Amino acid sequence: MMRTIFPVAVVVAVIVGLWYAACIPMNIHTAATQAERAGMVIDPEGAAERRDMGAIALALRNTGIWGDTWAQDKPRLPAPHQVVTELWETTVEKKVTSKRSLIFHGWVTLSATLLGFGIGTVAGILLAVGIVHSRAMDMSVMPWAIASQTIPILAIAPMIIVVLNSVGLQGLIPKAIISAYLSFFPVVVGMVKGFRSPSQMQIDQMRTWSASRSQTFWKLRLPASMPYLFASLKIGIAASLVGAIVGELPTGAVRGLGARLLTGSYYGQTIQIWSALFATAILAAVLVAAVAAMERATLKRMGVGR
Amino acid sequence: MGLVIAALVIWGLAWWMNIRIANGAQADTKGAKLAVPAIFGLTLLVMWELIVRGLDVPMVILPAPSLIVVRFADSLPILWADFVQTVVKGALSGYVIGCAAAFVTAILVDRSDFLRRGLMPVGSFVAALPIVGTAPILVMWYGFDWQSKAAVVVVMVFFPMLVNITAGLQETTQMQRDQMKTWAAGYWQSFWTLRLPAAMPFVFNGLKISSTLALIGAIVAEFFGSPIVGMGFRISTSVGQLALDMVWAEILVAALAGSAFYGVVALIERKVTFWHPSQRG
Repeated sequence: MMRTIFPVAVVVAVIVGLWYAACIPMNIHTAATQAERAGMVIDPEGAAERRDMGAIALALRNTGIWGDTWAQDKPRLPAPHQVVTELWETTVEKKVTSKRSLIFHGWVTLSATLLGFGIGTVAGILLAVGIVHSRAMDMSVMPWAIASQTIPILAIAPMIIVVLNSVGLQGLIPKAIISAYLSFFPVVVGMVKGFRSPSQMQIDQMRTWSASRSQTFWKLRLPASMPYLFASLKIGIAASLVGAIVGELPTGAVRGLGARLLTGSYYGQTIQIWSALFATAILAAVLVAAVAAMERATLKRMGVGR
Repeated sequence: MGLVIAALVIWGLAWWMNIRIANGAQADTKGAKLAVPAIFGLTLLVMWELIVRGLDVPMVILPAPSLIVVRFADSLPILWADFVQTVVKGALSGYVIGCAAAFVTAILVDRSDFLRRGLMPVGSFVAALPIVGTAPILVMWYGFDWQSKAAVVVVMVFFPMLVNITAGLQETTQMQRDQMKTWAAGYWQSFWTLRLPAAMPFVFNGLKISSTLALIGAIVAEFFGSPIVGMGFRISTSVGQLALDMVWAEILVAALAGSAFYGVVALIERKVTFWHPSQRG
């Protein structure tokens, strides 16, 4: 355990250090202008003089205002502690019902993600069952399911939102549909592989016991497919989250993490963008970890866990 | 109503044909394997056309395939300009830069055990995150043109590539590495002759995943701001004007570009990893 934690901690510390260092050249121009307005002497004087100067050269000549680059209102790159403070303020200190609470926006996105993920997974498993049991379906559908993974189907997200909007569906459902079709194909492909994973010998064994097709399915194919199921669920839930976020972009939605990203970029609220970005990252990590925990528990009960 | 019934009849006929082919004696031939999905896809298209016409579905909900094809043929210059802006300038340049950066980093990681133990968990963590979210930031930094799209693509493909290349470089067995040592091979000799070739299946797996990610990144980044050309730009503005035939034409371009990109990578993989069991079947 220590063998991993220490190097990971070092790498993370280096990243945070680099981040602070990167803030200096990124924000030095605005910081210099502000400091000059406040009466400090900046070298060289006047914003016009500095405009064409390299950021690093400017930073080296004005070491005194480095601290200011980490405390800008609308920085080009916010410092880590600014993002953490914003995250803390918008999650813990704001009421959950507030329009500025990230919990509120996160829930809007999460509910669409989970609903879509559920629909996509169930539909995907059902189609995989059909594909495994019907040769015609296998040959017709499977090539298309595989091909669909190579094309950027996320591109049709804006259209789905607007089309469903024009027939009166708004809010949760359109985003959930995008999430559903993004998680659908990985589940189909993974589950077909999983249902086919029992060896010929195992299937022959079921035959010698004169097991029916449904018995073979429930007692052999389904349990054997579990590792594949969880592998594709992990891909599926991450894809669902991306789908829900992108689904919030085109209509100028005001609620949800995607909307926070978009309004942040309209108004140059970089700290808001970064905190929304970290919120999505945390949400994704929690979702994937939840699937992984389910995987461990299930495989352990089945006796194949490590 | 007649058209809808015709659609259902055609569906039934085509399905019956597919069942006959799939369960027939020639099911395992190459021709059958091509014919069955082709019939299925064609039937879907025909049904789409007939049902949209039969039920008079308004174009703002679902345009018929024939309208989409007409629109596609009519606006080839626009679609080509969008393709160049988004795929060639944005996605491809970002893809090349991102994969090259991941390759260099993977070698650094490979040379230091400490870096590997520290960077790999972080890398696989980041690879699972919704990195498209960095698009608004990168658009703010690098402007509206293709440079910001390439930057998004770089960030998107970097981590999956890094994880795959590093995993691939671990693929050799102890015995093979010992053999290289017996021959007094240096790090680079054993890297080029043993470990990199052994890593190729993993590298290509990463390259294939990244080819799709690159297109997604370039298109979605354009939703956050772009010059007045580009596939993402065209999709979002055409959606706003309810010109759904144009949106579908762009999606057709995206699908063609995506499969072509993937196909090229898969073709190179065939040539490079001809020795791997998955390619010999």
